[in-house]
Amino acid sequence: MTDLTLETALNRDQPTPGEPENWRRFFSFSTDHKVIGIQYIVVAFVFFLIGGFLAMVMRGELITPEADLVDRTVYNALFTMHGTIMLFMWTFPVLNGLANYLVPLQIGARDMAFPRLNAVAFWLVPIFGIILMASFLVPGGPSQSGWWAYPPVSLQNPTGNLINGQFLWILAVALSGISSIMGAVNMVTTIIRMRAPGMTFFKMPAFCWTVAAAQTIQLFGLPALTAGAVMLLFDLTVGTSFFTPETGGDPVLYQHFFWFYSHPAVYVIILPVFGVFSELFPVYARKPLFGYKFVVVSSFVITGLSAIVWVHHMYASGTPSWMRMLFMASTMLISVPTGVKIFAWVATIWGGKLKLSTPMLFALGGLVNFLFAGITGIMLASVPFDVHVNNTYFVVGHFHYVIYGAAVMGIYAAIYHWFPKMTGRMYYEGLGKLHFVLTFIGVNLNFLPMHPLGLMGMPRRVASYDPEFAFWNVLASLGGFLLGVSVLPFLLNMISSWILGEKAPANPWRAIGLEWLVASPPPHENFAEIPTVVAEPYGYGKNEPLIASQMTSTELV
Amino acid sequence: MSSRVILRLLALAGIMTPISLWVGQQAYGWMPEPASEEALLVDNLFSFLTTLGTFIFLGVAGTLLYAVLFQRAAKYDEGDGPPLEGNLQLEIIWTAIPLVLVFWIAGYSYRIYDQMNILGPMEHMHRGEAIAAPLVAQTPESTDPIEVHARQWVWEFYYPEAGVTSTELHLPNHTRAKLALTSEDVLHGFYVPAFRVKQDIIPGRRIDFEFTPIREGTYRLRDSEYSGTYFAAMQANVVVESAAAYQQWLTDAAARSPQPGLSPSYTEYQLKVENRDHRPGWKTVEPAPYPLVNYPGSPELPEPKL
Repeated sequence: MTDLTLETALNRDQPTPGEPENWRRFFSFSTDHKVIGIQYIVVAFVFFLIGGFLAMVMRGELITPEADLVDRTVYNALFTMHGTIMLFMWTFPVLNGLANYLVPLQIGARDMAFPRLNAVAFWLVPIFGIILMASFLVPGGPSQSGWWAYPPVSLQNPTGNLINGQFLWILAVALSGISSIMGAVNMVTTIIRMRAPGMTFFKMPAFCWTVAAAQTIQLFGLPALTAGAVMLLFDLTVGTSFFTPETGGDPVLYQHFFWFYSHPAVYVIILPVFGVFSELFPVYARKPLFGYKFVVVSSFVITGLSAIVWVHHMYASGTPSWMRMLFMASTMLISVPTGVKIFAWVATIWGGKLKLSTPMLFALGGLVNFLFAGITGIMLASVPFDVHVNNTYFVVGHFHYVIYGAAVMGIYAAIYHWFPKMTGRMYYEGLGKLHFVLTFIGVNLNFLPMHPLGLMGMPRRVASYDPEFAFWNVLASLGGFLLGVSVLPFLLNMISSWILGEKAPANPWRAIGLEWLVASPPPHENFAEIPTVVAEPYGYGKNEPLIASQMTSTELV
Repeated sequence: MSSRVILRLLALAGIMTPISLWVGQQAYGWMPEPASEEALLVDNLFSFLTTLGTFIFLGVAGTLLYAVLFQRAAKYDEGDGPPLEGNLQLEIIWTAIPLVLVFWIAGYSYRIYDQMNILGPMEHMHRGEAIAAPLVAQTPESTDPIEVHARQWVWEFYYPEAGVTSTELHLPNHTRAKLALTSEDVLHGFYVPAFRVKQDIIPGRRIDFEFTPIREGTYRLRDSEYSGTYFAAMQANVVVESAAAYQQWLTDAAARSPQPGLSPSYTEYQLKVENRDHRPGWKTVEPAPYPLVNYPGSPELPEPKL
């Protein structure tokens, strides 16, 4: 008996065989949150490359006004799959990966609350990813109804096959929803139940706050989307008529189901990125996060408001005027907590000692892009203006500034910042800066021209357009190709650094946080002894200990 | 806050305000030339939003740029910045100001939307007062609306007073255009950028829609709600002409016998049918054949007016 306990205790100190040095664990059903986190990130990035390739073919088509590069059905499949892959296969999973990796470390837990559920949620991702990609191979091709899959277009099935692209698409999205709900239950439970002693909510890092806020959205929003998807699936396969007008259904009802989740979904994406900004600016400006409590609480204000703004996607749909006005007011409101965050970040940076390393550059670039996207977002909230630019390239430009300009750049910032922690190696700063410059120019060259296009009246989702739009489209296409190129230094950097990079110390950035108190990469189960937290998370310049016994652990570093 | 800080902020605002106002004026030129009453209203709103947005962007991005340029840590400086954790007064101010701003924007937008009054009377909720003075120069003696039929992927217009059909939309200038929007198959969207108005068309519903053209010329009507394979080709010309010319056109068109109308999607589809397009593609819903109309209209693109 005593021997057994002794043995377990010993095992706890030693990494289990092969971990964390053994690369094979990344291809196994590992229940280690750190392995799962990296699995999410890498799988998601592969799909990012696929989705990006589809986008570059689209930009190739759009570089000339005529529909001359690919067939129109192919173009329509491209934009449908581009949007679907980028959301369900890239942004959601990569952010889940970051949250998976970071949250237990940041709150002082050894793993997530439900490690097996965690692994199941992850392994669903490649499964529905393959289902989605398989739709390229079925007769009739992949779904061509856009990532909204609005009926009746999504219910049109020219091949007449039961298993068509749309069927597989709905299946993949439903599985994605199930995976996300599993992840959300796990994440929220972990954050509520598994914080280290002393880590009250107001001592918790902002990233964990934003993850909690984002995952709460998944919990209340996804059921609506999943219900809508199941009804659409029944309409498509067994001829129910929830959404078909000729048999008494209502296509606008689907739009409510869809946007009730899919607008908040944008906040599921952007909230953790806000969390990344809140983590990084204090580190690289060497100052505490300004107005920490305002910043973290505003995340939950955003969560609440995100549930009552969805009709702003439907200002030009079959919605009555009173509804448009009501949702204009709620949409305007949501810019207030967002603005609070932006001002707090600026105040954090202001007067600091800035170090413009790669993560900081990406975070700053992401913040500027987000500022621009926020301003066009308020414009879009205004019904009369939106009526003009709704479903035009203005909207496409706006949300690409959010998703690529802010979210993807924030994700890059996070990957660089925590790369030494995840891999135990340092990345190459020069390649990182090159990656930043190419990305920042590429984003603006690709997405800024979309705004004048939308103002001039070019609808989104078109494979061909009137010649008056050619000039800005050529610029956008060049920007798109540049973004394709920008990924190369990143890949080179990540792969070579992981193999050959300089060994990373536990805390290369002199950052404050529980994850920086353990070795890089952290040992199995993270903490030999669970720390007791005694201070707020951003005590830069205050020279106060973060945990009760920090003396011993910092000396080891 | 010291008076020196306030003076500096005022000086900065003094520089940013004229720049923002100037950008706001430029914004008028980013849209097509306005061709409806509604367009004038929307352009004013957009100019206002651009002015405000420029000011905010300059303020925030300028602050960041200054910090990036002048507040960098020296090369071997490992020290921390001042441990400022917040300032309640400042935080309340920057919550309150955006709140006031967005209510201002929402109020202004509400007024503009009310004046535009684009959705039909059955939908619009008339309150006792506050309905803006009618913008309409001459309201026609309540005629039946022009029927706009959308189907994959062709626009067809029916003028009930003259019994005329066309694939080019004709509208009398300075007259409230009243349209009844219907779709036979999927969602479509009625969108004329020069008029700044847009409305989805929902199968199974009839949506009354109105606006007032104010400039003679030819404009583009585009399908704005994704409708399937030939979505991008679903465009038509809109001709705004004087009331007299419009009446003349109606009379002439009524005398014409029905002929195949314009349908770029069906024309393009023939390439597929005749195997002249060898690019690989998937099976598509077939476009509706050319509708028989009194007046097909001109296939020429109008000169873009910017």
